[in-house]
Amino acid sequence: MEEVHLQTAPADFRFPSTNQTRHCFTRYIEFHRCLAAKGEESGDCEKFAKYYRSLCPVEWIEKWNEQRENGTFPGPL
Amino acid sequence: MIVLEWLFLTIAPCDAAEPWQLGSQDAATPIMQGVMDLHHDIFFFLILILVFVSRILVRALWHFHYKKNPIPQRIVHGTTIEILRTIFPSIIPMFIAIPSFVLLYSMDEVVVDPAITIKAIGHQWYRTYEYSDYNSSDEESLTFDSYTIPEDDPELGQSRLLEVDNRVVVPAKTNLRIIVTPADVPHSWAVPSSGVKCDAVPGRSNQTSISVQREGVYYGQCSEIRGTNHASIVVEAVPRKDYGSRVSNQLIPQTNQTGEA
Repeated sequence: MEEVHLQTAPADFRFPSTNQTRHCFTRYIEFHRCLAAKGEESGDCEKFAKYYRSLCPVEWIEKWNEQRENGTFPGPL
Repeated sequence: MIVLEWLFLTIAPCDAAEPWQLGSQDAATPIMQGVMDLHHDIFFFLILILVFVSRILVRALWHFHYKKNPIPQRIVHGTTIEILRTIFPSIIPMFIAIPSFVLLYSMDEVVVDPAITIKAIGHQWYRTYEYSDYNSSDEESLTFDSYTIPEDDPELGQSRLLEVDNRVVVPAKTNLRIIVTPADVPHSWAVPSSGVKCDAVPGRSNQTSISVQREGVYYGQCSEIRGTNHASIVVEAVPRKDYGSRVSNQLIPQTNQTGEA
């Protein structure tokens, strides 16, 4: 099998330490703000989507998606 | 050549706990090698101090025994010795601190971006691993649960209470980021031969980076045990070219685990 190209969310200098909770949360918010600013069709936001999916546990993402639908998401979207 | 090969087959790296083990397991990552080197550095000073203090203690007890030395001396000051015994013990921790801080800061240094992110999610009595680098939507992660094989079930050659049904497969010689978080109560993801121990605290997501330098199967244990049959963590490092096919086959049950390299 040929070499798979391995790539993931890069190390972010805003979050240099062990605790990456805010990193994951920030990437999620960045994605949705990018969507709000540029619209769903443009592919520019896909990069942020990959980052938050790599960093955040699926449970957290599901919970946040639900909160966004209910309008109770506690972040600056 | 045959002799050399035979020799190689009998020397297996220690990547799991051995009975009555005194030393560390063999290092599989640069971090663990650094930890072992630091241990040797500190142990040298430790032995020096132990021998020195023991000798003085034994000498004092021997020569100043009340039968041999009934009249004690009345010396209360000694400026030279007081200066020396203050300066020398403050130099020794400096020799210990220098390699210790070097290791500590080099562990945190980000030289290269990680190539893969693996999420290790602790559940009360098992672990879930998510490989989400290639999703195109929120639902598609490669996710699997990893349960300890119970005591009655292991096959011949497997370690009791250390084996799991699905191992974490990682490519060797690649910078990995492991994100550790729990779903319920605090856990801790630890693999001694890789020099990793990362606590999983509810509501918090911790990252640890490793780069496994040799292929093999590494055994670890959860360091905040949450119940019976809870503890095992098994990481399998495969050559980078095999990584893609191993991961895509991961969800197919493996029937011949003991034969796997």
